[in-house]
Amino acid sequence: MTMTTKPAPAAAAGAPPTAGFLDRVLKVRELAIAAVLVLMLTATQLDNSAFLSQQGIKDLLLNATILVLVAVGQATVVITRNVDLSVGSVLGITAFAAGDFLHGGGNPVLAVVIAVAIGAGFGLVNGALVSLGQVPALVVTLGTLYIIRGLDSIWVGSRQITAADLPSGFVSFGHDGLSVIPYLALLTALVLVAAAYYLRSYRSGRDLYALGSSPEAARLAGVPVRKRILAAYVTCGALAGLAGALYLARFGNVDSGTGNGYELTVVSAVVVGGVAFTGGSGSVYGAALGALLLTSINSVLPSIGVSSVWVQAIDGVLLLLAIAVDRIVALRVAGLLRKRAAQTRSATHG
Amino acid sequence: MADRMTDPMADNKAATGRGFAARDALRWDTVVGALLVVLLVCSFSLVSNFGNALNLSFLIGNTLPIALIALPMTMLVVSGEIDLSVGSTAGLAGAVMGRLWNGGMAIEMIIPLCVLLGVVCGLVNGLLVTRLGLPSLAVTIGTLAAYRGIAQIVLGSNSVTDFPQQYLNFASDRIGGTFVPYAAIPWAVLLLIAVVLLHATPIGRSLFAVGASQEAARFAGIRVKRLKLSMFVATGTISALTGVFWALHYASARYDNATGLELSVIAAVLLGGIDFDGGKGTLGGAVAGVFLLGALQNVMSLINVSSQSQTLITGVLLVVSVLAPRLARQAGRARARRKAAVGDMPPTALTAV
Repeated sequence: MTMTTKPAPAAAAGAPPTAGFLDRVLKVRELAIAAVLVLMLTATQLDNSAFLSQQGIKDLLLNATILVLVAVGQATVVITRNVDLSVGSVLGITAFAAGDFLHGGGNPVLAVVIAVAIGAGFGLVNGALVSLGQVPALVVTLGTLYIIRGLDSIWVGSRQITAADLPSGFVSFGHDGLSVIPYLALLTALVLVAAAYYLRSYRSGRDLYALGSSPEAARLAGVPVRKRILAAYVTCGALAGLAGALYLARFGNVDSGTGNGYELTVVSAVVVGGVAFTGGSGSVYGAALGALLLTSINSVLPSIGVSSVWVQAIDGVLLLLAIAVDRIVALRVAGLLRKRAAQTRSATHG
Repeated sequence: MADRMTDPMADNKAATGRGFAARDALRWDTVVGALLVVLLVCSFSLVSNFGNALNLSFLIGNTLPIALIALPMTMLVVSGEIDLSVGSTAGLAGAVMGRLWNGGMAIEMIIPLCVLLGVVCGLVNGLLVTRLGLPSLAVTIGTLAAYRGIAQIVLGSNSVTDFPQQYLNFASDRIGGTFVPYAAIPWAVLLLIAVVLLHATPIGRSLFAVGASQEAARFAGIRVKRLKLSMFVATGTISALTGVFWALHYASARYDNATGLELSVIAAVLLGGIDFDGGKGTLGGAVAGVFLLGALQNVMSLINVSSQSQTLITGVLLVVSVLAPRLARQAGRARARRKAAVGDMPPTALTAV
């Protein structure tokens, strides 16, 4: 990840200095995660040649899909300088809702739609509380984390959905795919590309970044702050709902504890992926790569013979490392930009 | 975050009409205190088995871990930071304690070592936040995972239960025939220290100043970074102490001890009216919040409310506790505007004449 500093001198040539330069640094941020990921997978493959078998690749992708989906949603919220801690609870309750519907003989497509709708509904509640009630996002979503988990436990009780309750088509949708690429991964990739395109190219998408960099300035520039925050939360909730439905398809096993504590994994993935908590920076591609990196570590460690008790500590250290390196690079870049601005000023005046 | 921009306005209003605000909008921490009293009175008179000494000692014993960590956490939140790693620090302290005890070390040596470990955990959090300028939320989510992971490496899936009997007794018994557990005494001492520190010393005033405006506090000569670092260290230390207490109180040291404790602590502290944006709150409110949640959970278990509904009610309370003061403030502001409009009327009428 230290390579992020290298392209700095390369970007010196003419052109609009700040925009192109910053753009490149941000792009490299995602490249850095990808490089770490590739390095890690290659090293593991060299150590254990069975790791990247056809089934191995498929498992890697399958493991990542659900986290990637939720991380994409979370990234849209974090970009606006907010956070949604209730995603784990939403995932749990929507997975059970979809399972319960299918258990009663419902249509699989409709089940997914129901899960997404319930998720969007909870997102709406979160968004309304944050944007209209003007309450800190962390507190509100901590509250709704409890509330949704409570609702889920009361409704589910000691019941359990198992793969036997689900239509076989739905279960095989969760396991099969086009050669090595599972259907779930294709669906996730589709969502990812759509979200990235929206955030990059639409005005309302850019507004989210503006909002995150400086809420005050965005408001003065005429960005409909409340509407945008509401939209970000609805997106996040809907994607958590979709992830819930896919969780059901993938694991076929849902009870009242499903998704418990997932919020911290999601937030870790997003932050490792370079979406800053301070808002206004990062991309959903980064978040997705962060998620892929975290889930891959969980597969890599056992296959190179490291006990699974190390996984959590390594996840935590990785998160700390990611934010620390980000910060150091950002400080360096800021210093460089300042120096360059001073140089151009003295050049034009002298 | 949107509230950041409206807050200065609110503060201005509060400054100009302080007497008005104090009279009209009750302070939230007194509201929580009153709620706690109402709940206790109702429970004593209506819920059988609540008032007996055994149940009360259970209530206090089960709430003590949260009450302990809430003390430094209040100060940390007042200064505008947060620590999510407290549950993991407690778990790590418990795990190390179990491992060292299994290794044959004397418990008199182990406990200071565990507390020292808490100091180190706090230092790591504090240095990352103050020296690198990282957001405390992100840092402590990282250390939440890291410390818990280390606890898992240290102790694996073992559980250690055979601590010396007099220590186990200290952590679970009550004084004579009263309902007060022995462990409540050190807590009371810590509470006293914390109250004096936060509300009656320059250090406490500095914490409020830093929370209200870090920049202004720095220009006023407050050593912001050192202050924050010391608060992180205090939080880590008390968390480790809590971990030791937890292992003794439940007579079991496991790596997953106190999992999720951070959310309970933060819920209680926020319920007690400590503003997450920093610069506001009292320790009295935080303690009232802690015991309100604790008593509520105890009562609900007694009247057979399922633990699931308890989770739900905790969440609703948390949302209401942050929403209500804000709504009250908005209503108060609207009323003040109306009053101001009425007050302005006569002079304009006069000049018009």
